[in-house]
Amino acid sequence: MTIRSTARALLLSACAGLALTAASQPARAAGSVEVVHWWTSGGEAAALNVLKKKMEGQGVAWKDAAIAGGGGAQARTVLQARIASGNPPTAMQMLGYVIQDWANEGALANLNDVAKKDGWDKVVPVPLQRFDKHNGAWVAAPAGIHSTNWVWVNKALFDKVGGSVPNSFAEFLALAQKFKEAGVIPLAHGGQPWQEMTVFDGAVVSAGGPEFYKKAFIDLDKAALTSDTMKAAFDQLRKLRGLVDPNFSGRDWNLATAMVIRGEAGMQIMGDWAKGEFAAAGKEAGKDYVCFRYPGTQGTVTFNSDAFAFFKVGKDQQAGQALMAADVLSPDFQVEFSLLKGSAPARNDVPSDRFDSCGKKAIADIKEADARGSLLGSMAHGHAAPEAVKGAVADVVTGFFNSDMSSADAVKKLAAAIDLTR
Amino acid sequence: MKASLSMKRAETSDGERGATPTGARARRPSLIDRIGDQLPKIVVAPTFLITLVFVYGFIAWTTYLSFTRSTMRPSMVWEGLRPHERLWGNPVWHTALGNLGTYALLYIGLSTLMGMLLAILLDQRIRAEGALRTIYLYPMALSFIVTGTAWKWILNPGLGIEKLMHDFGFQDFQFQWLVDPDMAIYCLVIAGVWQSSGFVMAMFLAALRGIDGEIIKAAQIDGAGLLRIYARIIIPMMRPVFLSSFIILGHLAIKSFDLVVALTGGGPGNATALPATFMYEMTFTRNQVAVGAASAVVMLMTVCAVIVPYLYSELRPKGGAHG
Repeated sequence: MTIRSTARALLLSACAGLALTAASQPARAAGSVEVVHWWTSGGEAAALNVLKKKMEGQGVAWKDAAIAGGGGAQARTVLQARIASGNPPTAMQMLGYVIQDWANEGALANLNDVAKKDGWDKVVPVPLQRFDKHNGAWVAAPAGIHSTNWVWVNKALFDKVGGSVPNSFAEFLALAQKFKEAGVIPLAHGGQPWQEMTVFDGAVVSAGGPEFYKKAFIDLDKAALTSDTMKAAFDQLRKLRGLVDPNFSGRDWNLATAMVIRGEAGMQIMGDWAKGEFAAAGKEAGKDYVCFRYPGTQGTVTFNSDAFAFFKVGKDQQAGQALMAADVLSPDFQVEFSLLKGSAPARNDVPSDRFDSCGKKAIADIKEADARGSLLGSMAHGHAAPEAVKGAVADVVTGFFNSDMSSADAVKKLAAAIDLTR
Repeated sequence: MKASLSMKRAETSDGERGATPTGARARRPSLIDRIGDQLPKIVVAPTFLITLVFVYGFIAWTTYLSFTRSTMRPSMVWEGLRPHERLWGNPVWHTALGNLGTYALLYIGLSTLMGMLLAILLDQRIRAEGALRTIYLYPMALSFIVTGTAWKWILNPGLGIEKLMHDFGFQDFQFQWLVDPDMAIYCLVIAGVWQSSGFVMAMFLAALRGIDGEIIKAAQIDGAGLLRIYARIIIPMMRPVFLSSFIILGHLAIKSFDLVVALTGGGPGNATALPATFMYEMTFTRNQVAVGAASAVVMLMTVCAVIVPYLYSELRPKGGAHG
């Protein structure tokens, strides 16, 4: 009796389930996509929501698989497990070399049909294509370009001390001295390896110029890594260490940005995602804060690019996948996304008139750097060298920043650490 | 036992050979008997299998991976000792091992000492002992993440003790261990000891309660002072508790991960990296699964080096009784 009633209940619920699926079928005629990402904080989530809305408007069901954790380490752990069990998501947010690693594993889909139709080869800057293409096939779609060699300054303090935009590192130190004399912390910094690496990106370009950066960090040339120029880059880092407050260890980057916003600190060296924090606090570029390139790096852009990598999926998901790839690189999404996220569009043909002064500068700088061949991948954010090398460099840089190691020792350790990863 | 089993087997096979109509009836109780005899093994088998695969199987798998060219995902391409060379050539690994030495020594030593002292003091028939015991034991109920976060705030110069003292008017007061690469490891010790000494106290308290009062009375009659009774009689009698707390704290120290992540994040500048955080970073964020596996193997060997002599010394005397 009980068994029979249970069976009937099961049958009924199965029927109900079928009916429900049938009812929801027309709504997702164009298929569905499942997207893994770690964009859970304010501005980031809003930026991604643009894509979600756009796709839902096209009749594609969006299945969100957010895995919190800033650097995405957790998300990647989950992805490894999903790939191993043969259940890949439609797409996942990825950075730099990781895309190539997954492409080498043969896990990524070929997007060439969409890319050819929309002319990606022409509009996406070539240095970005190096990450989004694998053996000539598009496997990922870039959503925007961040650059890391920025300085963010509190405008009120900047005016108060009578500062001007520094063109060299010496001028930068003079400006910092003015902040110090005015009684504020010159440089807001968070003592986490990746933040020290972000600062170091700028220091290497400033000390040796774009060719040197390329030789040392992208070609990993041993002579460049142990050169006096690299020592000079470490010297800059040592000087910057003297500009931070004693309480910097372990501080999150957005708390450091908040120090600039509140006027406790004068400046912060950080990628342009910092704009999101300024925007969230209701601050405007040019009015409440000033942005300029890390001193001595004007004309060069060290970038990292948020991209969506697309996995090989079953037939039922392919239509949605192709649509999503096209949407990510559509001009209107590129603009909306970058406005919210603080990045610059990953296409070189979109108008910059809706951006604020810092956004306009970013777009112009990227165009200039691309033309001059100085649009270079950021070491700090995995766009110059593979993860193993990046980690080795981070160990040395953060070790140097948090001790009294000499620059000469640092370059020796840097070369040795990179050697070990080969 | 074995003999009786084989006899039963022999009986059954005879029954089968008979193949008479009564054979079926005769077989049924013998089948149940057989199952009954095997029942302990059948019940234990799944656990045994699961342990075999998921503990020892994966130990073997990890050990194998530590000799391969695994980068982002496990690969089977043999690379010999190269991952181990990379591991031992990495200065952060040496820092991590040195930190583990410092941390384990101080953590185990201080927790045991604090736990024992608290237990002895609580054992003096004081008022509200139950409430006090609970207070000391409470930290153990917290996860290391909570402990780490709380102590991060307490030790942070801009938020915690230093700021408090400044607010009280002691402007020269300095306590910056958390941001000092040379001292940050001791912050881990402070938080760890705070967390664990209550637990050690509970173990010692139980042992103290188990001591025969007659012995102490006899010592008192012989004219021994309280200090002497503790030093010469009671503490030596608690040798098994020292061993258990050493084993428990020792493995907690070696696998310490969450406390580091919450309290210092391995910083400043890798100054508080421990083998477990190193292993996680190599395996999951730096795409060096082989090096991560190599470090895991070294950690396993460290644990073995501690546990195996202990198990050997503990289990040998009982060996005769259990066969």
